[in-house]
This record gives sequence, C-alpha cells and structure tokens, in this order.
Amino acid sequence: MTTELRRITEGNYGVARLTPAPEHGGTFLGQPKFPKAVKNELKLVVQRKNMRNATTTIRNKRALRVTETPNWEDIRQAAYEVKNRVGRHLDYYLEQAEKSLTANGVHVHWARDAEEANRIVGEIAKAKGVQEVVKIKSITTQETDLNEHLEEQGIAAWETDLAELIVQLGHDRPSHIVVPGIHRNRAEVREIFLREMKNYGRPCPEDITSNPPELANAARLHLREKFLRAKVAVSGANFILADTGSLVIVESEGNGRMCLTLPDTLISLVGIEKVLPSYDDLEIFLKLLPRSATGERMNPYNSVWSGVTPNDGPQEQHVVFMDNGRTNVLADPVGREVLRCIRCASCINVCPVYERAGGHAYGSVYPGPIGITLTPQLRGIDDPVDRGMPYACTLCAACVEVCPVKIPFTDIIVHLRNRVADAERKEFSTDVEVAAEKALMKAAAWVLGDYKHWETTMYATRAAGRVVGKHKIGPLPVPVANRWLDYRNVDHIPSQTFRDWWKANRGEEK
Amino acid sequence: MDAKQEILARIRRATVDVTEKDPVKDQPVNWTYGLGIEMDDVVGTFEQKVIDYSATVVRSKPAGVPEAVVAGLKATGATDSVVVPAGLEKSWQDAMTAAGFEVRVDEPQLSHETLDQTDAVVTAAASGIADTGTIVLDHTEDQGRRALSLVPDRHVCVVKASQVVSDVPESVQNLRPSVEAGHPLTFISGGSATSDIELSRVDGVHGPRTLYVVLVED
Ligand code: SF4
Repeated sequence: MTTELRRITEGNYGVARLTPAPEHGGTFLGQPKFPKAVKNELKLVVQRKNMRNATTTIRNKRALRVTETPNWEDIRQAAYEVKNRVGRHLDYYLEQAEKSLTANGVHVHWARDAEEANRIVGEIAKAKGVQEVVKIKSITTQETDLNEHLEEQGIAAWETDLAELIVQLGHDRPSHIVVPGIHRNRAEVREIFLREMKNYGRPCPEDITSNPPELANAARLHLREKFLRAKVAVSGANFILADTGSLVIVESEGNGRMCLTLPDTLISLVGIEKVLPSYDDLEIFLKLLPRSATGERMNPYNSVWSGVTPNDGPQEQHVVFMDNGRTNVLADPVGREVLRCIRCASCINVCPVYERAGGHAYGSVYPGPIGITLTPQLRGIDDPVDRGMPYACTLCAACVEVCPVKIPFTDIIVHLRNRVADAERKEFSTDVEVAAEKALMKAAAWVLGDYKHWETTMYATRAAGRVVGKHKIGPLPVPVANRWLDYRNVDHIPSQTFRDWWKANRGEEK
Repeated sequence: MDAKQEILARIRRATVDVTEKDPVKDQPVNWTYGLGIEMDDVVGTFEQKVIDYSATVVRSKPAGVPEAVVAGLKATGATDSVVVPAGLEKSWQDAMTAAGFEVRVDEPQLSHETLDQTDAVVTAAASGIADTGTIVLDHTEDQGRRALSLVPDRHVCVVKASQVVSDVPESVQNLRPSVEAGHPLTFISGGSATSDIELSRVDGVHGPRTLYVVLVED
C-alpha cells in the first residue's frame, strides 16, 4: 500500500498543510514566560504523572549504570578536558573538520544564524526537486524551526524518531531532549496515531490497542513507506570528528540508520560546538553518553560515517556548521562551560523543577538545567521569557552531580541571574536587589503557588544563598527570602534541606 | 565577510582570553586511549551481555558455522529468502541454498524494495565488545553496504571469538584503520529498540527486529 503526499486542513487551524501544524506555529515565540507557562502546565495532572514515572525510571537506570562503571569519574574528567580543548580552540578544530570532510566528498556550509541555516537546507532540498525529506531526531533543527521553514517552501519534513513522530502527529512540541514525547502516555499515543496517521500516510490499524509494541509497530509501518521512497534526509549529529572527517549519530530505533543509508542526499545541520578533535575521542563519549542518556550500557545503534562511501548510502552529502548564538556563549568565560553539553538529558531527569513543570513551560527546545543556562545565552536576555529562565531553579545542584561533562550549573545560573539583574537595573534604574526581587517575585511565584514542597525549596534556596553569598546577588538574597516568607505568612523552616529531602524521597541517586 | 570568515572571527574574538595557541598544551587530556578492562571471561561476558538485549547467541566450532547459520535463519522465522553481501563466505551461502533458501547476493545492488521483501540478512562482523554486548560492522566485503543489515527484518550475524575485546576503547582503536580507509561503522547493541512510550523498552522498530548471533570459537 502506498499513499500520496497531500495537503490536510483537518486539525491544522484551517490551513492546508503537508505536515501537522504544531501548536503556536511550533515556535516558542509569544509564549508566556516561565511562571505563567508553568501554571498552565501544572494543571495538566496526567502530564505530570507521565513525567514523574518517566524521569524516575530513567534516573534509576542511569544510577545503576554509573555504579557498574568503576572509572566513571575518570571518564567524566576526560570528557570535560576534551570538550574544553575544543571550545578554547574551536576555530582550529572547525577548520580541520571542514578540511577532512571536504576531502571525504562532503559539501561544507557555514551558517551564522538559524535563518541562514534553514535557507541553506531548503535550497539544497529544492535543488533536488523533492517535496519531502525524512528527518533524524535533531534538537538543532528544532532550534531553527526547520520543519516550518520547509513547510513554507512546500516541502514536507517527516520526523522518524518515534517520540518525534508522536510530537509531530500530536500537533505538539517536544518536552525533553532525549525523549521528546515523554509527556504523553500510551493511551494518548494511541489516540494520536488513530486520529492523525491516516492524514499523513499509511493509516494506523483501526483495532490497535495502547500496548507499546503495537504502537511501535504502527510507527514502523507508517514510516517504512516514507523511508523507502525518500530521496533526501536531514540529520543533526552527536559528534563531528575533526581528524577523520566523520559524523556520529547515536540512536535506538534504526530510523537514523534508515535516513543515513537509503536516501541519495544527506544534509546534516550541526552546531559548531559538536566537533571533537579526534576519532580516538569517540571511545570516551561512547562510554558516557548512552549510560547518561538512557541508562543503557550502549544504545542499540551508533553510526559513524566519513563522507561519501562509494556504493553505500547517500552519494551527495552536505554538512552545515551553525553558530546561531554559540559564539556569544563562548565569549562569556563563565557561561561557555555549557558548550560542553552532549545533550544526554541527565540534568533534566534529576531536576525537581522540570519534573513538576514539564518541558513546555520553559519556552525553549532546551528545558531543565541545560535549557535555563544555554537558552538565555544563545538568545540573549532581551525577552522576558529568556530573562525568567535562570530563575526556574532551586539551586539544589542535583544536575551538577550527574552531568557527564561536569557543567557547573549553579555557578552559571547565579552568574546569569546577575546578568539579568544588571539588565533590569539599567532599564528600570532600580537598585540591584529590587530588580532581582522583581524578577524573582514574578518569575518564581509558581514555586510557592503550586508546589507541595515549596517550604523545602525556600529553605534550600536560602541555604544556597548563603553559600554563594560572595556574589552580588545570590540565588535568592536572604532579605528577599525573608520578605517572601513574610508575604506568604509562613515561618516553618523544615529541618531537612531541600537536597536531603530530595535524596530521601528520590533515594536512588548516587 | 562570508559566513565562514565571520563565524571564525567571532570565535577568535570570543576566545581572546586563550593565549596558548597549541590546543594540546593549553588543555591536556588525562586519559589513556584504547585500554581494555579486566575481565575473567571476555567472550563469555560478551555472550551474556548480548543475551541481555534479548538477542540469541549460539556458539559454534568453525566447521559448524554453515549449519549454525541455517539453523539461525530458521530460528528467527525466515522461510524463503535471504540477502547476503557479495563477500560472504561461500560455504555459508551454499548451506543456505541447500536448505532451500533463495540466496539474494547484493551484486549488482538489490533495490530497497527487494531488501524490504527479503526475510533475513546474514553477515559477518568486524568486532565484538564484551562490556556492552556490542557488535561492530565496518561494512567490508563480508558485511556489505549498510542497507543490507538494516532493511530486512532478521539479522543473523557471525562473530568470531577472536574479534571480541573487553571494552569500547579497544574496539574503537582496532577499527581506526577501517575508518581511515573510508568505511562507515555501525555499532549494534541488541536489536532495534525504543523506549519512547513511557520509557518502556520495546524491541524492534525500524532495524531488524530479531538479532541472532553465531559466536565462532576460533
Ligand atoms: S548539560 Fe550535562 S547533563 Fe545536561 S544534557 Fe548536557 S551533558 Fe547532559
């Protein structure tokens, strides 16, 4: 059975489209900033439950894998050093990578920003005369909103990762960087498949149950037709190896392998920070990433390819190196540490704020600790959404403990709060503390409003405030905290710190 | 300024604080590459870890491989057709033909549709990793191009015990010459799987849903 590409209006806000319209046009623009967004999210009881189940499972699995790896700390340290080396000499490694890739028959492009990256990808696809492309899960292309750009150009971009498919067919947005459909449970997935698959390709069997293997099989059948006819694929990359000119994709389902192997043309959009100096470094990251991301000793499939292989896979390959704010991050010696990130989501899975708020509340494709430290640096702090972000944190530092590349989140968050306070002071010519308070009251009221354990949060925040007291604005200056407590008419300070409470209640952490 | 020059200029401005221009001197990396890990029984560990992914492993003496491959095909449920790379050991191919399978050799290249409509694929391997239960293909003659071991639903893979190393770093080091020669690598750890629905692992999405490993005691 084959189906035709067609335009669908149903469910697409009255617009005839090739692919399902994401809510809010798929971007996070115009979204309310964190406190307001989080209020909406907190109401979604089912979603919170899905989230909690999922993050608990993944946290436990990760912790188990870490305990069975005796030299875990040495591996982390090595990864930290390799990534620092890259960041500090990024121009050198990018030029080397370009040279190696070019020698391997790859066309290398450079994009200053999202718009330029999208334009390059769109032009290549158009030059191939295709009406559709298949995609491997890529947060970088979500950052640029590539799918919507292609839709405007009359090209359908099909997500082929199961979670991304759930998100795309659900007119939804990703809520997690490894498992973007983490907020959906099996019953919801079934409903989405039944309702939407028939509009965009091979329909879902009518008698499907919400049993995950059946759902996965429906996705297999729905996507196979797309894989077999696809002429162009779009990917990101987990790593670029500068010396051998290789790209690396780490995945589970085999949809990545399909995209990397079957089409004639492959376009890979990668952030400039994804480069590693050498093929040899792969051994470090292949030990770290799967254990951190999914709690597996190794994920089912890794692909390493070095440009065009005669008679095997796409014979035309393009790599787009994209900046899109990364050099701004690099320019800040405190903030640049986030560029080490390998997108494993460990920090997200342990974050108490994420677990309660969900990924959508953040207003960025990058939620959780990495999101609130990376996004305001990538996008700047002019927008209230970005300004609120560094406050979506209790400074419990669970993320610092698990991050495989040792990103010091709490330091960076404090640093970013200072930057926000400075900006607000300039704009409103108020003193620093008032500005900070203003931001806090608005940006963090959700903690008090809806959060069962807000007292403990308060206390932890105060404790952390003392620790980092030498900074201009601590996480939450104690006077402000006191006023907050007064305002809330609460004097109970629990004997546990938030961290202790968190550990007692989430005892699986190492 | 074109995009490349501009991005490089931005990077140089952003890293003016980095004064040592030699990356290796500026940031040493304290890591010894290519090390194995202590293990009593490397091959046994490999076997166990592969089984942990709910794949099947059978051991075979070198002389028994043709029969083991045929038995593997039958065990995975293949009944009619099998894809093989052109460089696959001839005696294995003969055994499959003798057992009644239609052997489709990828020379000239088979179409995607043919691959999709073939029951199984049989390949050799380049490396095995005990700690993670991983098989690595470098897609040379006895493994074939990447699509072969991807599109059919069942994969019977022959791994020699002598190819199995303790950990990822050893394997990555051993495979460096393949990568330098331009070969792609595929690391396979169990069959295709997803944890995207409520993080419960479901085996089998797009890649072969059944993986059957013949471990040759060479
Ligand atoms: S910041 Fe660290 S823990 Fe978070 S996603 Fe990146 S690498 Fe993983």
